[in-house]
Amino acid sequence: MSDLAIELRGIDKSFGLVHANRDINLKVRKGSIHGIIGENGAGKSTLMSILYGFYQADRGEIIVDGKPVAIRDTNAAIAAGIGMVHQHFMLVENFSVLENIMLGAEESQILNSSISKARIELKRLESEYGLEVDPDALIEELPVGIQQRVEILKALYRKADILILDEPTGVLTPAEADHLFRILAQLKAEGKTVLLITHKLREIMAITDEVSVMRRGEMVATRQTSQTSVEELAELMVGRRVLLRVEKGEAKPGATRLSLRNLTVKDGRGVTMVDTVSLDLKAGEIVGIAGVAGNGQSELLEAIAGMRRAVSGTMTLNGKPVEVTGTLDPAELRRRGLAHVPEDRHHVGLVLKFEESENAILGYHNNPKYRNGVLLNVDAIRAEAEEKIARYDIRPPNPRLKTANFSGGNQQKIVLAREMERGPDVLIIGQPTRGVDVGAIEFIHKRIIEMRDQGVAVLLVSVELDEIRALSDRILVMFAGRVVGERLPDASEGELGLLMAGVEGPKEAAE
Amino acid sequence: MDLFHTLVVLLESTIRVSVPLIFAALAGLFTERAGVFDIGLEGKMLGGAFAAGAVAAVTGSVWMGLLAAILISVLLSLVHGYASITQRGSQIVSGVAINFIVAGSTVILGEAWFRQGGRTPALADGARFSTIDLPFADSVRDVPILGPIYADLLSGHFLLTYLAFAMVPISWWVLYRTRFGLRLRAVGENPGAVDTAGISVIWLRYRAVICCGILCGFAGAYLSLAMTAGFVKGMTAGKGYIALAALIFAKWRPVNIMLACLLFGFLDALAIRLQGNPLPLIGQVPVQLMQALPYILTVILLAGFIGKAIPPKAGGIPYVKER
Amino acid sequence: MSNPYAKLPNWAEYGLIPLVNLIVAFFVAGLVVLLVGENPLEAAYHLVNGAFGRGEYIGFTLYYATTFIFTGLAVAVAFHAGLFNIGGEGQAYIGGIGVALACLYFDQTLPWFVVFPIALVGSIAFGAAWAFLPGWLQAKRGSHIVITTIMFNFIASSLMVYLLTRVLKPLGSMAPQTRTFAEGGQLPKLDWLLGIFGLNIGNAPFNVSFLLALVAAFGVWVLIWRTKLGYEMRVMGHSPGAARYAGISESRITIIAMMISGGLAGMMALNPIMGEQFRMQLDFVQGAGFVGIAVALMGRSHPFGIIPASILFGMLYQGGAEIAFEMPTISRDMIVIIQGLVILFAGALENMFRPAITAALAGFAGRRAAVTQSKGA
Repeated sequence: MSDLAIELRGIDKSFGLVHANRDINLKVRKGSIHGIIGENGAGKSTLMSILYGFYQADRGEIIVDGKPVAIRDTNAAIAAGIGMVHQHFMLVENFSVLENIMLGAEESQILNSSISKARIELKRLESEYGLEVDPDALIEELPVGIQQRVEILKALYRKADILILDEPTGVLTPAEADHLFRILAQLKAEGKTVLLITHKLREIMAITDEVSVMRRGEMVATRQTSQTSVEELAELMVGRRVLLRVEKGEAKPGATRLSLRNLTVKDGRGVTMVDTVSLDLKAGEIVGIAGVAGNGQSELLEAIAGMRRAVSGTMTLNGKPVEVTGTLDPAELRRRGLAHVPEDRHHVGLVLKFEESENAILGYHNNPKYRNGVLLNVDAIRAEAEEKIARYDIRPPNPRLKTANFSGGNQQKIVLAREMERGPDVLIIGQPTRGVDVGAIEFIHKRIIEMRDQGVAVLLVSVELDEIRALSDRILVMFAGRVVGERLPDASEGELGLLMAGVEGPKEAAE
Repeated sequence: MDLFHTLVVLLESTIRVSVPLIFAALAGLFTERAGVFDIGLEGKMLGGAFAAGAVAAVTGSVWMGLLAAILISVLLSLVHGYASITQRGSQIVSGVAINFIVAGSTVILGEAWFRQGGRTPALADGARFSTIDLPFADSVRDVPILGPIYADLLSGHFLLTYLAFAMVPISWWVLYRTRFGLRLRAVGENPGAVDTAGISVIWLRYRAVICCGILCGFAGAYLSLAMTAGFVKGMTAGKGYIALAALIFAKWRPVNIMLACLLFGFLDALAIRLQGNPLPLIGQVPVQLMQALPYILTVILLAGFIGKAIPPKAGGIPYVKER
Repeated sequence: MSNPYAKLPNWAEYGLIPLVNLIVAFFVAGLVVLLVGENPLEAAYHLVNGAFGRGEYIGFTLYYATTFIFTGLAVAVAFHAGLFNIGGEGQAYIGGIGVALACLYFDQTLPWFVVFPIALVGSIAFGAAWAFLPGWLQAKRGSHIVITTIMFNFIASSLMVYLLTRVLKPLGSMAPQTRTFAEGGQLPKLDWLLGIFGLNIGNAPFNVSFLLALVAAFGVWVLIWRTKLGYEMRVMGHSPGAARYAGISESRITIIAMMISGGLAGMMALNPIMGEQFRMQLDFVQGAGFVGIAVALMGRSHPFGIIPASILFGMLYQGGAEIAFEMPTISRDMIVIIQGLVILFAGALENMFRPAITAALAGFAGRRAAVTQSKGA
């Protein structure tokens, strides 16, 4: 027996060139709630997937309850007493609660006896942990919070002593999240060990006993929650980085170009992703939207770009209303002066199997200048592409090369060249430098500033806080779909970090 | 009484033509519920029919024929499984391919081996299924109404006919009352849930396509060992596609499948019966309309005008672990 | 994003891989020939000889190829928009109505070169109309296009039996077919074209619709790579996300692409009806709609790949007849097997040999680089 539920020694994992986990060491005490916190892409989910047998570590040792175990697959993890509640629920939607709980842990070939046993066991678990669900309800008819409860029951049914929860509150309302925390406290009281993966500092402070911080694939610190502070954790999470410097002059904001009032957007499941957001974007300024990924920034961008219908609210572009809740047409918005650099260039911004020059007109292919009677004027398209290739230093400088063969930075430049060279009034950009090499980052940042100086209204969404701080003239912080604060770029990292983590600071006006 | 007699005869032939449809549609049920779409039911049935006819003719044993039908059909299922589960190829393309390969090779091999224009030799009595008379069928025949129903409609069918109807509750029981069925239905809806529960998605889907092969084998054997005494080239004549339509029309549920197959079988029997005879009230109905009706009904259903046919959610999509 | 398939050069992607798939398909077909106790090499000899041995054979080969170019293009156009149109068979069948009506109305009064364009418009209109419904159902009601097009094939088949036995059949005739067309409904043969090469066309029904097929292939190339519509279709086929981003309407493209596909399939009817039989018969399509799937897969959905793939299948159809004549155990159904094998290996199993080929090429390139390096040193 050991007083450690889990010990990880030297876990290392790479995906191709991406070093997702670097020599991770972690000790989790039995019967504790242990938080693991870090920014997006810090390697938390990879680590937990290794623990649950979804991936295998390249190196390192996993010790569960004092015994080294080889977790080759999910079965081994379940046998070792580990259960996991995935961020995207692993439930069969048209099955009942009971069927989902039994799946993979049925007692015998024939279900009848398994069902009655499962029913009894489920009753017991329900009363023991206060997790009421109707065992015969279909999953698709249950609210998200209850579905999550089913996931927890699934793990408990498999006699899990260690429960991993991956970003469990991402899909929950605040009330549901509070309920979840009560459940976790109850589990702890019953002697279970809980590993809580999150990027929300408030949750860590509210519920954990210990907290480990990950940053860029490394485990940088472990603290007793009672002996640390939100400020310290925020700093550990973000790290002391070399300050990103971009030369820029004073902004000269002009007329309002884009204006949103109480914009609300829901996702396919009816969860509110953007919650009554209002903002004004003026010519000649860059407004940055800071926030941890998944707090509604993506949906906000898509709604503005006409790719996602809003459920309520209004939008005006250059003073004229846009049917933001009605029929959407990204092409119409483009004609009215809106340019959009989407977050996901692989699946949205570019067609990777297209030639470079074909991508250079994506979304603008209706423009008569690319037409020659009924035909596309391929010569004109290629000539223009070549021009842009030269101006944006896209390499290799070949407009006929398949886009998939360009590096990330050059692919991003293809998108930027397309969107920036139209002389838009409003430019909305998502994650301008994600997966982009260092050299291209500087170039992209310079171009964004130039756009501003030419009088373009720029809305910038990025999960890279330093990028937001370096480029923006004003910063809006989004949390859980709402704009929770507005700051000037000289606000401290800690202050912004707190806002991003959903901890309300004192409200100050930016102006 | 004459109308009653006609009805009994009509229903009797409905049962006869429905049997291969029921086997094949249930076969499709197993694989499609596991998330592997299969438009190759036709080919598997045809391959099974040929194997049954050929082996029964050579060995003189109906059982060897049945076994051969199942073996060949399972083999073809495994080809489909390899292409769509292991190689993650297009399930539609693979199904189309199998249909052609079988359509061609049954003729070529049949001609090479038996030289009877693509037929297998007519089967002697021991080499084919004979009909089974239910007890007392003859003695109750004269009882009004119930007599003919028992003696002519329910009695006097092949073993495989009774098996086909027995397969309906059996399939239901397997799918809804066994561990295998629970997992099979789960893997067709959300393979991720099955994978995270520590069950192999690949092996589960292979087992599903094997079930499909076995049932298609029965369907084929019925055609060449029961319905007719030997294999005739192209003898499935689109039955695999009607079974596919029945499967969709039944919204992927076992009991509905039986009803859909009986309905489509009835339309078929009626079409033959009505050739040239006007229908009361409606008048002359072109036989072609009756033949096309199963497909028309299925399209209307697919369009969502009468209920909605929602296929298994993970159907047609090869499973790839996240990332 | 790692894409293990992005590395292959074009010649390997469009040349080597289809070739390897084809060789494997033929190899397996050869095994079937062995199984029936014949010599595969002898069969291959008869196949090639039967397809190209004489001017007349070549004429037949090209006649079949004409048909397959149309149906192959039909499948390919839908592929480009990310749609799988299995309904080419039915669309071609229904397209025949347009051809037959034009011929029945005008064959006695107008010359062929006037009837031909009218029949062309008719074939396109009827084929496209038959494809419209599955397209509309997919776009507006979410009905799976593969299933609906299969159903429409059968519905077309019943409809045509009805029309040919009840409506289009001349009074007093027993055969389910239209009357034979007068000269205005008969396309001239391309004997002069083969004559250039010193070949005698004999009885082969190789006719002007071959030229139309070549024009159609070029037209499809223009459509796909040189028009806005083709651009939009390709965006949707490759990336629905990018289509949404670019403001391209998915339902509009679905319906239009299906109608173009159906129109091309319908054009196929010109070849047998006006070019060979001079009347519309039952089952004149004879599976050509399905051959189109094999041809499109083989030709990688590119018109310039579809033409050679069609000639290949034309060769199989014509040469297959010759094999059947010379080697009675091997009937023309051999072609159906090969067709199925090509669909299997070039379609469903297209990635099976790819890793090996990629590795082999990489190894070769590596060795060559090493050789150059050592030479340089």
